[in-house]
Amino acid sequence: MNKNTIKSYLVNFLAVIIIFALMKLLMNIGIINRYYQGIIVFILINIILAASLNLATGFLGQLTLGHAGFMAAGAYVSASTAIMIKANFGWLPNIAILLISLIIAGIISAIVGVAIGIPALRLRGDYLAIITLGFGEVIRVIINNIRFTGGAQGLTGIPRISTFDNVFWITVLIVFILYTLTHSRQGRAIVSIREDEVAAEAVGVKTTRFKVMGFAIAASFAGIGGGLYAHYIAFLDPNTFNFMRSVEILVIVVLGGMGSLTGSIIAAIVLTILPEALRSFADYRLLLYSFLLIIMMIFRPAGLLGTSEFSWKSIYDRYKYRKESIIKREKA
Amino acid sequence: MILFLQQMINGLSVGSIYALIALGYTMVYGIIKLINFAHGEIMMAGAYFAFLIAITTNLPFPLVLVFSMIMAAILGMFTEYIAYKPLRNAPRISALITAIGVSFFLQNLALVIFKANPKIMPELIVKKPISIGALKIGTVTLTTLVLSIIFMIILDIFVKKTKPGKAMRAVSEDKEAAMLMGINVDRTISITFAIGSALGALGGVLYSITYTQVFPTMGVMPGLKAFVAAVLGGIGLIPGAVLGGFVIGMIETVSKAYISSQWSDAIVFGLLIIVLLFKPTGILGKNEKEKV
Repeated sequence: MNKNTIKSYLVNFLAVIIIFALMKLLMNIGIINRYYQGIIVFILINIILAASLNLATGFLGQLTLGHAGFMAAGAYVSASTAIMIKANFGWLPNIAILLISLIIAGIISAIVGVAIGIPALRLRGDYLAIITLGFGEVIRVIINNIRFTGGAQGLTGIPRISTFDNVFWITVLIVFILYTLTHSRQGRAIVSIREDEVAAEAVGVKTTRFKVMGFAIAASFAGIGGGLYAHYIAFLDPNTFNFMRSVEILVIVVLGGMGSLTGSIIAAIVLTILPEALRSFADYRLLLYSFLLIIMMIFRPAGLLGTSEFSWKSIYDRYKYRKESIIKREKA
Repeated sequence: MILFLQQMINGLSVGSIYALIALGYTMVYGIIKLINFAHGEIMMAGAYFAFLIAITTNLPFPLVLVFSMIMAAILGMFTEYIAYKPLRNAPRISALITAIGVSFFLQNLALVIFKANPKIMPELIVKKPISIGALKIGTVTLTTLVLSIIFMIILDIFVKKTKPGKAMRAVSEDKEAAMLMGINVDRTISITFAIGSALGALGGVLYSITYTQVFPTMGVMPGLKAFVAAVLGGIGLIPGAVLGGFVIGMIETVSKAYISSQWSDAIVFGLLIIVLLFKPTGILGKNEKEKV
C-alpha cells in the first residue's frame, strides 16, 4: 500500500466515525426518534444488499433478478439459528448470538449461491437473469410451504438483537471488504470478465472460478443483510422476499451506477428515504416514485455515478484545480 | 380418465391465455431485446378497459373485446414512445429498469383510480356447461380456447404474409440492415408493441372472465408465468411462445390437480430452471455459436 492509499483510508475511516458519532448524538438528544432510526437501519440494510448485488451485477456483469432469494435464505437461517442459540445457550451476550447467527447465515447463503452459480453461470446475459428469477420464486414457495419456517403465517419469536450500532458497523465492514476486494488483483479479474469474458480467458483469468466466487460473495453478504433484517423486525413473512424485493435492490444498483459502490450507497439512501418522504401524498406516493424512476433512467441511463467512485480526493483535486486556474486567470 | 381429460382441457384453456400474453413478451424481445416487464400491466389495463366498457355501455362481448384491445394497443405504443424510445441506444439494463418503472407506474395508477379491492367482472359470456359425452366443458373455457387459436392464426398470417409482418421479421433479424433496406424501424417497433399489447389485452380480458375479477396487481403473476412460457419455448420465437404457454398451462393445471396447489408455482419455475440448464435457448431455440 502506498502512502496515498493509507491516507485515503484514514480520511474515510475518520468520516465514518464522525457520521456515527453525529448519528448517536442526534439520537441521544432526540432529534432522530425511533421512526427515523428504523429508516436509517433499513437504509443500512439496503446498502448491504445493493453493494453485494453490485459485485455480481455491476463488477462481474452478471444480471441477477433473484437477490431477495439469497436474502430470504440468510434471514431464515439466521433467525432460526438465533432462536436455537437463545433457547439452549441463553447466557451468551446478544452480540455473540448475532454474530454467530450471521456468520452461519452468510456461509449457508454462500453455499446456496455456489449451488445456483455453478450451473447458472454457464448461461449468459438474460438467461442468467431468468434463472435467478426462477430460483428466487422457488425459494419463496419452499419457505411458504415447509413447517420449519413457519410457512405462510411467518416466523415469530426471533430475538430482536440488531441495533443501530451493530448494523452500522457491520455495514461499514461489508462495504470495506467489497471495496478492497474490487480494488485487488481478484477484483481486477472480476472486472475483466465484465469487460470482455473471452479476452479475460485468453489472458489467463480463470473465468468460471471468479464468476462463482463473485456470485458466492454477493449471495453471502445478501444473506447477512437478510439476517440483520430478521433480527431487527423480529418477524419474517415469506412474501416480503418476492420478486419485487429483488427488483428494488436492482433498481438501487442501477440508479447508483453499476460498478460504483459509493453510487449504491447514495442510491440506497435516496431510494429508501424517497417513499417515506412521499408518505404525505398517500396513494400517490408509489405513483410518484415510479414516475421519478422512469425520469431518472431516461435522463441518466448510466446511473448517478456511472462506474466512478465518489471520493474526497477527487473533490479536493477539483477544488484545487479550480483555484489554480482562477489564480492563473488573474495573473493573465 | 374423464377427470384427466377435463383437466387437460382446463390446462389448454389456461395455457392459451399464457400463450397470448407470452406472444407480447416474445415479439418485443425479438425486436428490441428488451424484457418488457410492463407487459403484465398492459394485460391488467386491457382487463380494466373491458370492465369499464362493459359496465358503462351495453355493447356485446365481441365489441367490448375489440375496443379494449384497441385501447391497450394505444397504451402499449404510448409507453414505448414515452419510456423506451429515448433509451434505445442506452445500456440494455437501463431499459430494463425503465420497463420495471413503467410496470410500477401502471400498477399504481390503477391502484389510485380503481382502489385495491377487486372489481367483479360482468358476465360477458353466458356461463353454462356444454356436454360432449361424459365431458363437461364450460362456455368460458371453450371461448378462451377458440378465440386464442383464432388470434394466433391471424398473427401467424400477419407475420408471414403481410408487408409490416415482413418488416417486423427483418428488424428482429438485423436492425441496421433493415434500416438500410428502407424499412421504417421506429414504426415497425411501434406496430410490434401495438400487436403485442392487443394480444396481451385479449389474454387479460379472458383471464378476468375466467376468474371473474379485475384488480391492480392481477398482471404480476400471469405476466411472470407468461414470461417463463416465452423463455421456455425459446424467447424471440413466436411458435415458441405458443408452445411454452400451452406447456406451462398444462403443467400448472396438472400439478395443481394431482400434486399440490401450493407447490405448483415452484414446479413451474423449477421446470424452467431445468430446461434452461440443458437447453439454454429454450425448447425451439437454436444454439448459436458465439462469435469472438
